[in-house]
Amino acid sequence: MAALTIATGTGNWFSALALGVTLLKCLLIPTYHSTDFEVHRNWLAITHSLPISQWYYEATSEWTLDYPPFFAWFEYILSHVAKYFDQEMLNVHNLNYSSSRTLLFQRFSVIFMDVLFVYAVRECCKCIDGKKVGKELTEKPKFILSVLLLWNFGLLIVDHIHFQYNGFLFGLMLLSIARLFQKRHMEGAFLFAVLLHFKHIYLYVAPAYGVYLLRSYCFTANKPDGSIRWKSFSFVRVISLGLVVFLVSALSLGPFLALFHFSFQQNQLPQVFSRLFPFKRGLCHAYWAPNFWALYNALDKVLSVIGLKLKFLDPNNIPKASMTSGLVQQFQHTVLPSVTPLATLICTLIAILPSIFCLWFKPQGPRGFLRCLTLCALSSFMFGWHVHEKAILLAILPMSLLSVGKAGDASIFLILTTTGHYSLFPLLFTAPELPIKILLMLLFTIYSISSLKTLFRKEKPLFNWMETFYLLGLGPLEVCCEFVFPFTSWKVKYPFIPLLLTSVYCAVGITYAWFKLYVSVLIDSAIGKTKKQ
Amino acid sequence: MEKWYLMTVVVLIGLTVRWTVSLNSYSGAGKPPMFGDYEAQRHWQEITFNLPVKQWYFNSSDNNLQYWGLDYPPLTAYHSLLCAYVAKFINPDWIALHTSRGYESQAHKLFMRTTVLIADLLIYIPAVVLYCCCLKEISTKKKIANALCILLYPGLILIDYGHFQYNSVSLGFALWGVLGISCDCDLLGSLAFCLAINYKQMELYHALPFFCFLLGKCFKKGLKGKGFVLLVKLACIVVASFVLCWLPFFTEREQTLQVLRRLFPVDRGLFEDKVANIWCSFNVFLKIKDILPRHIQLIMS
Repeated sequence: MAALTIATGTGNWFSALALGVTLLKCLLIPTYHSTDFEVHRNWLAITHSLPISQWYYEATSEWTLDYPPFFAWFEYILSHVAKYFDQEMLNVHNLNYSSSRTLLFQRFSVIFMDVLFVYAVRECCKCIDGKKVGKELTEKPKFILSVLLLWNFGLLIVDHIHFQYNGFLFGLMLLSIARLFQKRHMEGAFLFAVLLHFKHIYLYVAPAYGVYLLRSYCFTANKPDGSIRWKSFSFVRVISLGLVVFLVSALSLGPFLALFHFSFQQNQLPQVFSRLFPFKRGLCHAYWAPNFWALYNALDKVLSVIGLKLKFLDPNNIPKASMTSGLVQQFQHTVLPSVTPLATLICTLIAILPSIFCLWFKPQGPRGFLRCLTLCALSSFMFGWHVHEKAILLAILPMSLLSVGKAGDASIFLILTTTGHYSLFPLLFTAPELPIKILLMLLFTIYSISSLKTLFRKEKPLFNWMETFYLLGLGPLEVCCEFVFPFTSWKVKYPFIPLLLTSVYCAVGITYAWFKLYVSVLIDSAIGKTKKQ
Repeated sequence: MEKWYLMTVVVLIGLTVRWTVSLNSYSGAGKPPMFGDYEAQRHWQEITFNLPVKQWYFNSSDNNLQYWGLDYPPLTAYHSLLCAYVAKFINPDWIALHTSRGYESQAHKLFMRTTVLIADLLIYIPAVVLYCCCLKEISTKKKIANALCILLYPGLILIDYGHFQYNSVSLGFALWGVLGISCDCDLLGSLAFCLAINYKQMELYHALPFFCFLLGKCFKKGLKGKGFVLLVKLACIVVASFVLCWLPFFTEREQTLQVLRRLFPVDRGLFEDKVANIWCSFNVFLKIKDILPRHIQLIMS
């Protein structure tokens, strides 16, 4: 408390926020952790005990290494600290080993790595140029953004309860965005390349980076009307960018290539890629991420039920397995056409194309890039194959940067973030964690809505009645799913109903936010065009 | 207040910290035969639910006072009874006479921790919020900062949500008392403070200031007129609240005396274990307990 008062007293509110959330993270140490905890313990064991050639082949545990090599090296470095906590956790055969020291080490490693995230948030706060409403600290855009990022509900829940290492990875992404805002393009590109080799899910936003760097960095000047000046193409810049990407990839994948060429062992690269991109998994995760395919599945189910009732369908033709039974396998749809990985890829590409075009033809500087990035993340979430609900954070965190700039963005951000965060609730299904998730969700939601409303109080209201109604509906939904349903007779017969309801309800909100953001981006670029003309 | 949402955020932070602390271990966890304060509270639910009121404070074959006998005033007993009714609804094994001794399970821990949270939420936290809002001549920002500091006070959180006790109830009532008196609602204030004393006799530490302040107020208003009226009203409120709380124990003189014996166990000595006060510190140099006879020790303190 003394440290907190000192930090705030000297005007260093940022340190107070960072310290406060770190203390909260420490308090979350004894909470429930998911199988991801065992996943990371296993990776510590694999990287510590086995030679590199075995890392992507090892399969004693079901949780095989499926992140790119930089993450594996990160686990390797961590394992050298881990051995001072508990040597036993580094044994590959100690499945599900979770002594109190292991728990302490793993939790503290996540908290410690968040330092990078804190630094990145600080850099981002320097870049944003929000409205100046009042002199109050709590009304400054920098303060609001810091709270929205540092105390982000989704990140707290996923990293410090469920257990993952997203903090420092998002730190890398936010830092690379900040560098692009600060016109330090090479650093931004380098950081993003490194990030890709830590966790390949960031491929979702790679098109935005590629197009922005090509258009706004490799072409050094624009014509007066904003369109591309082909003559200003800089070969030097393209080559240096290419070199950066190449060198990072070489550092990452090189060792595996070398193993193949120089020691005549099995070809590592195909194995690495098959681990990184497991398409044998189904269209949807065990719990449907609230994306387009969740709505598609729900529609299919509704149509099949109607079809059965109206005798259009033959009960014998319908596959017995239910898509919501929680298994991660491939299933066929009943009424609507089945979806293949290729179909989802095509849908995703079509979805991101308009935003990419806007970024290419009507670049609006780093802000335009950020909007395109958010749209790419959101579109990939909407149409991707086997998307995890946690992937919504990829859209929420960059969007936070936009939210303190414009009222329209703030409104979309609030809808996206509230529904996105609510969709993470099924991740924590244990009773002791129920109050935590509700309290933290209320904390973040109330703060974000109130502070952004205060920031944009001079403009029109952030929500219309329909949006307000929808957001308020989350309350009764939670009460029904968590408090009423378990005591009804349906719990035994249809145990998946709460998940289905949550997924579909949130999918509506997220689709709406995606659509609204798209419209706003397209309109803005059209306005930009007419203004210039 | 215009920054109501910041106050809500502060309360939510306070609640989150409380609940996350409660995920940890409690006093006496897994330590038979006596366990700790957690088992004491569970035992009181068992006693108050299964035995008639007359037997709550007495030693009997069903109620062994050596094993966490009831030693708080009747309001604690009624609170335990209320919790016991809820416990019976969820799982009667938790409060079954004799067989539930040392009962420990995840579900039971969740239940007990929830009772502490609810008591806190209903009594202590509203008092703190109201107190901070009623502070005069300071900015909204300072009011919220005050609330944050009070709600994050580690001592109360660790004792109530870690070790396991219900201090927030008695402290909350005492704070309501302070609030009542500050806002000129003397009757409600003194009623609240009486409830505090009847919950935990430790609140007697605060009794003298309350008494003197209210008496002084009566004097100031003039003992010939309004002051006297106020004095009479206050006396009635205090007597009425005590009578209401102690009603089942006023039927026989022996009942009242036994409760008082349980509440003020002077037989335990000048101090117990280690406590950060003068007697314990003196005892390092001068063994007071051995030198002075018991009744002299009592009079001296």
